This record gives sequence, C-alpha cells and structure tokens, in this order.
Amino acid sequence: MLERMIISGFGGQGIMLMGRLLAYAAMLEGKNVAWMPSYGPEMRGGTANCTVLISKEEIGSPIVSHPKTLIAMNQPSLDKFEPNVNEDGLIILNDSLIERKLSRNDVNVIRIPADDIADKLGNSRAANMVVLGAYVKKSGVVKMETIFKALEKALTGRNQKLMDINKKALKQGAELVKQ
Amino acid sequence: MGEKILMKGNEAIGEAAIRVGCHFYFGYPITPQSELAAYMSKKLPKIKNAAFIQAESEIIAINMVYGAASTGARTMTSSSSTGISLKQEGISFIACAELPCVIVNMQRGGPGLGSIQPGQADYFQATKGGGHGDYHLIVLAPSSVQELVDLTMDAFDLADKYTNPAMILGDGLIGQMMESVEFKERKKIDLPDKKGWILTGCKGRKKYCIVPFNMDPYEMEKVNFKIQEKYNKLKEREVRYEAVNLDNADLIIVAYGTVARIAKTVIQNAKSEGINIGLIRPITLFPFPESIIAEASKKVNKFLVVEMSLGQMVEDVKLAVNGKAEINFYGRVGGVVPTQSEILNEIKKYLK
Repeated sequence: MLERMIISGFGGQGIMLMGRLLAYAAMLEGKNVAWMPSYGPEMRGGTANCTVLISKEEIGSPIVSHPKTLIAMNQPSLDKFEPNVNEDGLIILNDSLIERKLSRNDVNVIRIPADDIADKLGNSRAANMVVLGAYVKKSGVVKMETIFKALEKALTGRNQKLMDINKKALKQGAELVKQ
Repeated sequence: MGEKILMKGNEAIGEAAIRVGCHFYFGYPITPQSELAAYMSKKLPKIKNAAFIQAESEIIAINMVYGAASTGARTMTSSSSTGISLKQEGISFIACAELPCVIVNMQRGGPGLGSIQPGQADYFQATKGGGHGDYHLIVLAPSSVQELVDLTMDAFDLADKYTNPAMILGDGLIGQMMESVEFKERKKIDLPDKKGWILTGCKGRKKYCIVPFNMDPYEMEKVNFKIQEKYNKLKEREVRYEAVNLDNADLIIVAYGTVARIAKTVIQNAKSEGINIGLIRPITLFPFPESIIAEASKKVNKFLVVEMSLGQMVEDVKLAVNGKAEINFYGRVGGVVPTQSEILNEIKKYLK
C-alpha cells in the first residue's frame, strides 16, 4: 500500500476535491485507487472528510481506521484523527487555523499556513491546493505534473479561469517543503 | 472504450446501464444511492426516445418499470433498503408476469428507516423472494466499482435471458466510493427474441396479454412450475463466485460485496502473522454458490461467515455445508462496517 490517508476539514474547504485530484492523478500513473467520502446528514460548514487509498496491488478494505497520512485543514479534524495516525506517520496541518501543538511526538508533522498563503495569492479558497502541493512534494506518491493534469480534468467550463491560481497555490505549497 | 476513468459507484451503475441500452429509468431519491438517479436525469434526456422519471413514490416507480418492461424495453429502478421494501408488491407482479428488468438496492442500515450508512441486512429480502409468492430475483453482489459496471451490464442480459427481474445488491459504501473503471467491449451473446410477447400494439397480429394472475388455480399452478423451472436452470448455469487461497486454509471466510473486500485485507494481515485464511465470495447470491462451499468443507473444517447483518447468508452457508464443518458467524449492523482487525480477532478465537 503506497498511501492510506484521511483528508479532513470544514465543508467548503475543498476537502473532497483534494482527495479526488490525488486519486485521479494516481490512477493516471497506473496505480489502483479508492476514494471514499464521509457521508451522513452533513450540512454546509460542518465537518467533511474523505479517505484515499493508493496501491500497486488490488485494494481490499477501503476503510481507513489508522492512516499513514492525515491532512487536517482545521482544529476539529486534528482533534478527531490525530490519535489514530500510524506511528511514524505524517500529519500535514493548516497552521492558519490550528493553533495548538500536536499531542503526538511519534509522528512527522508539517505545518503549512495555507489560508495566509492563499490570501496572498488572491484567493483564500486555494488553501486546499497549497496543502496538497506540500503533500505531493513530501510524499512523492504522485508527480506534480500529474496533479496538474488531474486539475485540468476537474476544472472545466467556468472554472477553467481558476487553473492558474490553483497551480500557483500547488507550487507554493511544494516550495514550503524541504527535501 | 478501454480508457480508465475515476467514477463513483452509483454513477458507474448508471453509465453501465445506458451503455447496454437501458433507456428507461424510474425512481425516487433516497440516500445512499441518489447519485444514480441524478446521473440518469442528466444523461437520459439527451438520448432520443429515452425517459427519466422521478416518480411520486417508490411504488409508482416500480410499476412504471413494469409498464416499460412490457414493451420489451430495457428498464431499471433503484433505491435503498426501506425504499426497496415499498417496491416488493410490484416486483412480485413483474416476476409473475415474467418480465425482464433491473432493480438496484444500495443497502443501508435497517430495520425501519434505519440509518444511511452501509448495510447488508436485506439479504433475505433479496434472495428469498422479498414479496409474496414463490419467486426469486437473479441477485448479483458486486464488490468493486468495476464490478458494479460489469455486473450491471450482465444483469440486463440475464434478465432478458430468463425473462426475470435481476437485482444488483450493493451497499452505501460501494455506491459512494470512487475507483477507476473501464467500460470494456462486450462479447455479443444470443438473447431470446422478445417479439413473441412484447406489447407494441396488436394491429395486424394476434393480441398478447401480460398478466400477473390466473383465476384458475390449476393454470396458476402451471405458471408457478414454469417460473420454477427457470430457477433450476439458473442454479445449473449461472452460479458465480470468487475463491481465494482455499488450499491449506486454516479457516475460510464467506463474505460478499463490501465485506469480501475487507476480508481480502484480513487474509493479507493474517498471513503476516502466520495464519492461512481462505475466502469464498459469492458473486451471485441467487443462485447461491453452494457446490464450491460444500466442496471446500471437505478439506477445511472451520468457516467464518461475515456480514453486515446479524446472520442471513450464514443460513445458506449452513445448508451448503450440511453439518460437515464448523460454521461461525460475525456481523455488524445498523450502518456499522466491520474492520479488518475486528475480523482477524474473531478468527483467532476459532483457531485456538
């Protein structure tokens, strides 16, 4: 299993899109993928999360109870999923909305001030892409080029004009990650 | 054709149905399968002489299917658990009238209004008739989005071949999940000519009747025997299953759909602890793959049936094994999905 992750945040932060882009890109690179949204009596502004599995082999259980990677876009997401992350796993968190320190000291952490960066780029809604950019650079699970390709598929019609800002956000996020 | 695309399970069913010529969809929305109806509402109006109708209830929707099927058209309805219960009278009528159609049940937690999370507690309803009278549906249980595509296409062929309603029995998880799918080129198969019975206007020919009754009990008995004969043929010819790692297994899991996928991860995790687990995954729930289970029980004496129910398919496994091996059961219900570690712990109890 190359990746087993949970992406979580507020409804409206583009959580599902992050997961879908990643799954789509991994599929384009010939891997097996599964994407699962949390679904329930959801409402606007409530919590949203999705899971993404990427593997060279057949994907069995799509249930992720202990993720290798957690992307937490807000505080409640970190509170909910931090305890379940695998030892030596990775947590990428949105530093703009999460003030507290991690309770875990056996995981890797990257703090990205995603909303602040997106604001500076001129569109606060691109915060998700900043974090996705950081994740792609850090994990190397898919190439950034392939994420761009997936983005072209996802942004059609009137959303096409958002291509540039999204690409910029992805690149900025990647630049924040060393190695 | 041949290109891989990323698709949600519910939408993949819709695309598969349209590609095999299903141009009539009638339904009423319910979580967790509404994306299927939404997909049909986008696609069907663009096709000439096709129809999407959101009916005023599930009962009306199944009766619209009954009507469309009478004209020989490929037709479909879908719902989830409680909505499928409402359709049962209509389904019994369609089975009696010997009409082909496809019914999709993306199960949720029950009973009652239940929950909107995944379930498998409609197994009895799906495989044993569901409505009144002696009839069965052809029941297919996909466990991946690709299989949702392939089995939806097969369901239409099987329904036409046996002039009997077919059901896709999935659950909320597989309907909501996105995976890569391929719409493969399909082999042409010979299907019976519908000309002898479809209602297309009787100008210039003898009139046909499609009725779900006969007031003469002896004639009605003959209708029953005729339908039963089809089920015997289904049992002979159409059984499907997947068998994994049966040789030298310490224990065999029997599971279908979503739970079977989880079982595959259990097999891998168990292997790393030196435990050898096999899996029999029924793909057709009716006809049920009893021979392979009976065969396996001669070599392996422990079975664990895992379902998102409190024990439904396990009864068919017991009938197949007929006392020759130990049958254990593990189930979660109400919308709770069993995890791989839970199942592995359960297995360890029986291997002590």
